[in-house]
Amino acid sequence: MKVFVVGLNHKIADVDVREKLAFNGPKLEEGLTKFKELPEVQEAIILSTCNRVELYANVRDAVKASESIKTFLSEFHNINRESLNDALYIYDDIKAVEHIFRVASSLDSMVIGEPQILGQLKDAFELAHKKKTTGILLNRLMKKAISVAKRVRTETRIAENAVSISFAAVELAKKIFTDLSKKVFMLLGAGEMAELAAKHLISNGVKEVIVSNRTYERACELAKEFNGRPVRFDDFIQEMMRADIVICSTGASDYVLKKSQMQKVMKERKQRPVFIIDISVPRNIDPETNDLDNVYLYNIDDLQGVVDANRFERQKEAEKAERLVEEEVETFFKWQSSLDSVPTIIALREKAEEIKKEELDKLLSKFPGIGEKEKKAIEYMAAAITNKLIHPPTAALKEDFEDKDIMVATIKRLYGIDGEKHEDK
Amino acid sequence: MGGILFELALTFYFAATIVSILELFKSAKITSRIMLLLAGVGFAIHTASIICRYIAAGHIPITNAHEATSFFSWCIVLIFFILEFRYRIILLSSFIMPVVFVLMLSSSMLPRELKPLSPVLRSYWLGIHTVLAFLGNAAFALAFGIGFMYLVQERHVKSKRLGGLFARLPSLQSLDEINYRLITFGFPLLTLAIITGALWAESAWGSYWNWDAREVWSLITWFIYAIVLHARLTAGWRGRRAALLSITGFLTILVAFFGIKLLGKGLHVFL
Repeated sequence: MKVFVVGLNHKIADVDVREKLAFNGPKLEEGLTKFKELPEVQEAIILSTCNRVELYANVRDAVKASESIKTFLSEFHNINRESLNDALYIYDDIKAVEHIFRVASSLDSMVIGEPQILGQLKDAFELAHKKKTTGILLNRLMKKAISVAKRVRTETRIAENAVSISFAAVELAKKIFTDLSKKVFMLLGAGEMAELAAKHLISNGVKEVIVSNRTYERACELAKEFNGRPVRFDDFIQEMMRADIVICSTGASDYVLKKSQMQKVMKERKQRPVFIIDISVPRNIDPETNDLDNVYLYNIDDLQGVVDANRFERQKEAEKAERLVEEEVETFFKWQSSLDSVPTIIALREKAEEIKKEELDKLLSKFPGIGEKEKKAIEYMAAAITNKLIHPPTAALKEDFEDKDIMVATIKRLYGIDGEKHEDK
Repeated sequence: MGGILFELALTFYFAATIVSILELFKSAKITSRIMLLLAGVGFAIHTASIICRYIAAGHIPITNAHEATSFFSWCIVLIFFILEFRYRIILLSSFIMPVVFVLMLSSSMLPRELKPLSPVLRSYWLGIHTVLAFLGNAAFALAFGIGFMYLVQERHVKSKRLGGLFARLPSLQSLDEINYRLITFGFPLLTLAIITGALWAESAWGSYWNWDAREVWSLITWFIYAIVLHARLTAGWRGRRAALLSITGFLTILVAFFGIKLLGKGLHVFL
């Protein structure tokens, strides 16, 4: 009984390779069923996302399993068997458990700490559960992986800081203003990054959107898209009186807003704070504008600096998370080794002994006048009954056969000696 | 009895201050709960000590420097808790509890003997005038703390270094608004305190205004906060300038409070 992982991710395979191996849509259920039918595989889960394809299994023999899984992959996806040899990573036992915990905790993700992967893992597990391709080992493993991921999330600050320009812009806006839904947003110019940031900001909820562009038609188009109001480029400074957040990307070769102009705007605004994001290169807004009170001007490099700092911060938090994962791998292995039959036999015996002794004491204390001979006879009978009752499970545990781990778990559960049973509930 | 309670309150405030400073370095829900608990217990004991003193003296216990400083701290903690429950301002305690602790510590070092109150001062004005003045000044103390937080956060946003406390401090706008609210709460109280003081002075010494040191300093403080409010409403002096002014205002109050005590002259001798 071993946890086993075969897979590939964004680090070792390009998107065209990942595409070929992906289990998309209906292919996932079909693949999962076939994967589970492999003779070496006792339990099966398939996790397939845009950044990774991973097959999780419970196997007895890692070498045999890896060969048969590779053959399965090449047949299922119709790719050359040889080409798979170097394309995949394969882990078993401790390494496999550690890998799965790291994936769940988003330590193996392209953007460390991004939250989607946990949901994807949950979905994969749910499907496997529904299709009944999992059993005692992977069920336990997945539940543990999910709880490890949650622990990492709450005990480290791995997902706390924004690691993309758009997120960083919104994060900043929230530290300048209390409530974005009462703020007026202005998009000045256009461009992919500016529009992306604008979309992200608007999706966080703003009161009003103003769009201005050198070509008025383009402004109208964008205004339609963002559900805003188009404004002629000549009037934008006038409109800045009302705008609290401005994203600027006009493609002009010179400053479209000078410090002195902004000073006037601020006076008219009664110094209400303004957050300006100048994404354009070359810059469109005089950097000295940032010296004005209550004006917060960020250009693309500033935002990139914020993002880099946050990435670094995440890296530090990731180290903490790695230690947590290590800890949890250890507890998982404690549980797994408890599935071994010897400790179970001992526990079963102890339990029977305990019950016997308890009941004997109870009975004998009720009849204090009882003779020594009768007492012996009663004790003998009690021992005989308990021994006969625990003999078949003990014998079964001593046998060696395929589904022994299931047997161990079942016996533990039936006799109530599964100490860890309630821990997850 | 009151003395022991005072020491106990001081101890709890000390512990709360330590925890609140730790909070700056390590964030956890549990730390801020512990801090609130410590400060809350401290406040309850402090309240009891003031009541004891009230019973012993037979009038509101703010007739010597020890009592006055203690009562001032009490008012600050009171307003701190009101703000805490109303707005849940993260890290506010880290900026306020040290102030409270320093005030309490200085209070503990000042002479505590109960001196009989001179007959001129025995009047209901004593309670009204002093409570107004102290509550007003306590609101300014909180505005000082909030102003400080504003400056720290503003530094982060302006300089584009978003480490440190940036992620945990509230938004600039909310700090600015709370600062404004505190001053609009404190200013009328200070105004009333000056008016009631004048009325009391008239009934005690027959003259509304005597140009004693505390009166002059109160007037200066009053002008500073009048400027804060006026500039905000007319010229839009908000944000950093408002924060700086409210810090200046509170420092002036402290100078008035302790400076005059050191000079030791004037009609407000008991303070």
